[in-house]
This record gives sequence, structure tokens and C-alpha cells, in this order.
Amino acid sequence: MGTNLLFVPGNNPAMVQNAGILGADTVIFDLEDAVAGNEKDAARTLLKNALESMEYEGCETSVRINAMDTTHWEKDLRTVAVAGIDGLVIPKAERGEDIKAISEILDSITEAEDIFLIPLVESALGVENVYEIAASSKRIRGIFFGAEDYTADIGAVRTKGGEEIFWARGRIVNGAAAAGVEAIDTPFTDVEDIEGLKKDTIFAKALGFDGKASISPRHCGFIREIFYPQDEEIRYAIRVMDTVKEAEKSGKGVASMDGKMIDKPIVLRALKVLRAAGIKEDFRYE
Amino acid sequence: MGKKNAKAGSLESSDLLVVIEEKEAGEKLEIVMNSIVEKQYGDRIIEIAHEIAALKGMDNVRILIQDRGALDYAIRARIETAIERYERGV
Repeated sequence: MGTNLLFVPGNNPAMVQNAGILGADTVIFDLEDAVAGNEKDAARTLLKNALESMEYEGCETSVRINAMDTTHWEKDLRTVAVAGIDGLVIPKAERGEDIKAISEILDSITEAEDIFLIPLVESALGVENVYEIAASSKRIRGIFFGAEDYTADIGAVRTKGGEEIFWARGRIVNGAAAAGVEAIDTPFTDVEDIEGLKKDTIFAKALGFDGKASISPRHCGFIREIFYPQDEEIRYAIRVMDTVKEAEKSGKGVASMDGKMIDKPIVLRALKVLRAAGIKEDFRYE
Repeated sequence: MGKKNAKAGSLESSDLLVVIEEKEAGEKLEIVMNSIVEKQYGDRIIEIAHEIAALKGMDNVRILIQDRGALDYAIRARIETAIERYERGV
């Protein structure tokens, strides 16, 4: 999934066809807020045709379907899931059972077991239930925090400083980590304020987020740069993974490196570094 | 009661506007197209329109296409949407 996810309006051909060159690790084609109610059918059909015929090399493709309290979500899901999508973003996620239901529909309509889900947690109830949501399906790659709707839901004023979302951000990071999935931070919505974006992204990284979404291609590079690990971190992570895999191959119960035992937190940290650096590593704990 | 019609798409760059109009009983499919890239891709746009119309069994309509440099996938999508809306009476 990488460290930066970019929203692209789902009914705009000029943007849909250029989405692969905008600098995002993961593109989120939007069928929800970016598409008017009477254009949902047109956007869905446009994305289906785009995904079936366009090559999006160098980035993953996902679609934000409409929320489950609308009449659109199931059509969205059934249309794009079989069109060659890498993942789905599920808005207004509040209960694990809803995500599980979506996962089960996916199981029934496609053999692509690697289609990932990113529940978008953006309400008070969703934040309360974040671990339950994050642990509800093997398809879940990460939890995405949506601060605009969340702030409205709790009755606070959204600010650039983000004091009003401090607690929710921490809970999202914690719930995602407890379930072993990534945490993706809310977009910084002032497209022109690059210094504000950098400050907000550095803070999100410090809180433990694995990446951040954006609504402008201008933000992608800055987000990637901030989340990109140092060279020595990458080298260390590669050594950790080599050591762990070697120990596993030779049947050793415990791996050690530089005289220190490599336990699960060290491996998880190494995997996180490699993900942020865009290095593929398939190692999984059984 | 007036004749059925439906439309999809826009006149934005890389998009196209498709209008479908019902014809008189017994009249055949008619495709009218103009495009900013008509010399290069006009034939291709007509070909796609014919292909989708045949697939959907649309043989008594006029399909009007105003193209703003759309790629094949967008041409297909907009014609499909216009036909679906026409059939639904939207």
C-alpha cells in the first residue's frame, strides 16, 4: 500500500486515466463524496472500463465505494471488484460485522484473495470500535482515519493544529497495531499550505501512523519523503529479515543478530520499514 | 408522450457527451459524431458506438456523440451509461 494514498475523483476521465503518474503509492478512485448522487452510475461504469483496460504501473489501485447506508455500495462493490482492482476503501466503517459482510461478498464473487480492504473510520462509534473493525477480516490491510466527518460527529471544530483529533489518532494507531494492520492518517485538506502539510505529516509519523492520504497530487511527494526510512534503517531491516528467514530455514527456534535475540517486535518493525521503502517482503508469522 | 432520450458524460477535456434519442418506428440506428480528433480517431469512435449498440440491441435510436478527446475506455463507458439510462427511462 505504501505511504501515500491519493484520492482521484471517479467520474473525471482526465484524472482517472492519469492517476498512475501522479506520484501516489496507492490511488483511491472515489465513488463517494467526489461523485454527485445522479452520476454514481456513470462513475461506476467509467471506473469499470478504466480498470479493465488501463495499466496503472507503479501504483496500486483502490476504489472508495459508497457507504453501506446507501443504495449504491453493493453495486459499486460488485462492479469494481471484478474489474482488476487491488483494494477497496470502505467509508463510515463502524462495525466489524459490516466489513466481514463485504469480505464475504468478495469471497463469493472473485477468486482474487489478495484484494485488500481499508475501512475508513470517521465517526465516534467507528473510533470506539477500531480494533474490532481492524480484526474483522484477513483482507484488511490498514485502517484509515477520516478526521473531517469524525470532528463533525463529536461536535468539535476542525483545526490545523489537530488538538481535537489527538485522542482519536492515538486510538486508531493502537487499534490497527493490535490487529497487525497499518494505520493511515487523514488528509491535510489545505492544498496550498505545504509547510502545514509537512508539520502534520511529521506529527502523524511520530504518533505511529504508517502513511497518510491526500487530496492533491502536490502532497504525494512530501508525504513519501517524510515517511521514507533512512538508508541505515532499510539496511538493518533487510539484515533482520535475512536472519529470521535463515533461522527459520535451518529450524532454529530463535534468531539472533549482533548478539541480540530477534523477537517479534523487531521483525514487525523491520517489515514496517521495508513497506515504507516500497520493498516487497512476503514473510508472515504463522 | 414525447420521445425517450437520455444522456451521459460531459464536454470536459478527455470526456464526451453522449445523447440517445428514440427514432420513429421502423427507422434504423443512426450515429452522429463530432470530435476534436475526428481526423485521427473519428472512425474508431463510430466503430465503438456501433459495437456497443449492437451488443445492447439498440437499433431504433439516434446516438449523438460530442467528443473532447476521450480514450476508448471513456467512450465505451459513456455510451454504456447513456444506453442504460435510456433503457431505465432516466
